[in-house]
Amino acid sequence: QKLGAKANPAYVVMDPPTAYKDATTYNNFYEFGTDKADPARSAGTLKPRPWSVTIEGEVKKPLTLDLDALLRLAPLEERIYRHRCVEGWSMVIPWVGFSLSELIKKVEPTGNAKFIEFISLADKKQMPGINSPVLEWPYVEGLRLDEANHPLALLCLGMYGEALPNQNGAPVRVVLPWKYGFKSAKSIVKIRFTREQPNTAWNIAAPSEYGFYSNVNPDVDHPRWSQASERRIGEDGFFAKKRKTLRFNGYNQVASLYAGMDLKKYF
Amino acid sequence: MPFTPTVKQFKWIKAALFALALLPFLRLLLFALTDRLGANPIEFITRNSGDWTLYFLCLTLAVTPLRKLSKWHWLIKLRRMLGLFAFFYVALHFTTFLWFDHFFDLQEMAKDIAKRPFILVGFSAFVLLISLAVTSTNAMVKRLGGKRWQWLHRLIYLIAPLGILHFWWMKAAKHDFVQPLLFGAIVGALLLMRLYWRFAGAQPTVAGKRQLAPTQG
Repeated sequence: QKLGAKANPAYVVMDPPTAYKDATTYNNFYEFGTDKADPARSAGTLKPRPWSVTIEGEVKKPLTLDLDALLRLAPLEERIYRHRCVEGWSMVIPWVGFSLSELIKKVEPTGNAKFIEFISLADKKQMPGINSPVLEWPYVEGLRLDEANHPLALLCLGMYGEALPNQNGAPVRVVLPWKYGFKSAKSIVKIRFTREQPNTAWNIAAPSEYGFYSNVNPDVDHPRWSQASERRIGEDGFFAKKRKTLRFNGYNQVASLYAGMDLKKYF
Repeated sequence: MPFTPTVKQFKWIKAALFALALLPFLRLLLFALTDRLGANPIEFITRNSGDWTLYFLCLTLAVTPLRKLSKWHWLIKLRRMLGLFAFFYVALHFTTFLWFDHFFDLQEMAKDIAKRPFILVGFSAFVLLISLAVTSTNAMVKRLGGKRWQWLHRLIYLIAPLGILHFWWMKAAKHDFVQPLLFGAIVGALLLMRLYWRFAGAQPTVAGKRQLAPTQG
């Protein structure tokens, strides 16, 4: 399904986009298995339509939106973002969607709302990986409300000009290009506004390795590997050195969100 | 009578095993030439060669128990080749790390090894395995003397668990312990059998008979 989206010139990168084949066959989406080839193989069972997203919690106007209502919520934009996985590889992806803040505006968070929680689908019938205990299901991710309101935070409905492929988080996900990829929750069914910081899936699984913030940071290594460099899929490797990883994945406009915070402590 | 191959049969068995053991490498080569290594070819080669190192370490350690249980004592003559294949695949594994991960930047690599126990453990196992590989020839057995050679080669009992620990730490990032547990169980069983034969096996059995004297290896 083609999505009519206008390119947003504020969000382009000079690097060439990753090949569609690589972006759709090399995925971490544990609901379909832990191997990166698994999602492309087994996400065919996911039914992205009909779909609805419930928005609840500390909001004045709780809301349930079906996919068509989501697609009409704001004008669709194409944004080309760098995407950095915590495992040390990266891609460049042309996403389609709009700023998450458009949705937040609509439901009017109360003064108590300090965080936002994204809850992904966890349906054994559609997702074979749910039978494995690698993570607690459903997959939960979250942000501070001011992070979620940053214009870079994208509510994403498509990529490469088309609706999201199942293995990339169909039909609706978030994309947070200054954070490691696992923060960008896929196949979202519920968005909850909360007073307390949500317990997020990877943080529960390994708190010393995956923090709540998980901003891309070349100075804070993962306990088992360096985050100082990354391999751009399709480019770096056999004959080219890996490239340096940039602070906030090069998106310095988010730096003010973390002013005064020790990012080694709040990793 | 347990099966014992003739000299000619044994040659064929050995040749067939050699060809089989080379297949994973040929598969990698074929995939590389036909662009089938996926989006991250280097990761594919690193993971695959690491997996095959562990498989061959397990196979090498399985020779003695298999030989004892089946009484196929000629199996021992295949052990060196299996061990050398473990070394072959770990050398490939290390080369991808050195070449593609660090682009032969030895200083960077040294930093990485020192800083990260996950890599340090794998690297130590590799270095130890080098010492076994270079002393694997008949001439070296003679030069060292059987006893000393045997002591040196018992390092395999350390190398295999180090390899699994390295693998465990790698998988811990993915929070997926099924495979490391499986490897751990297999190597654990292979080592426990040796302990059993060494200590319990030497005791008189219920029937009052002595079992075979424990063989080394």
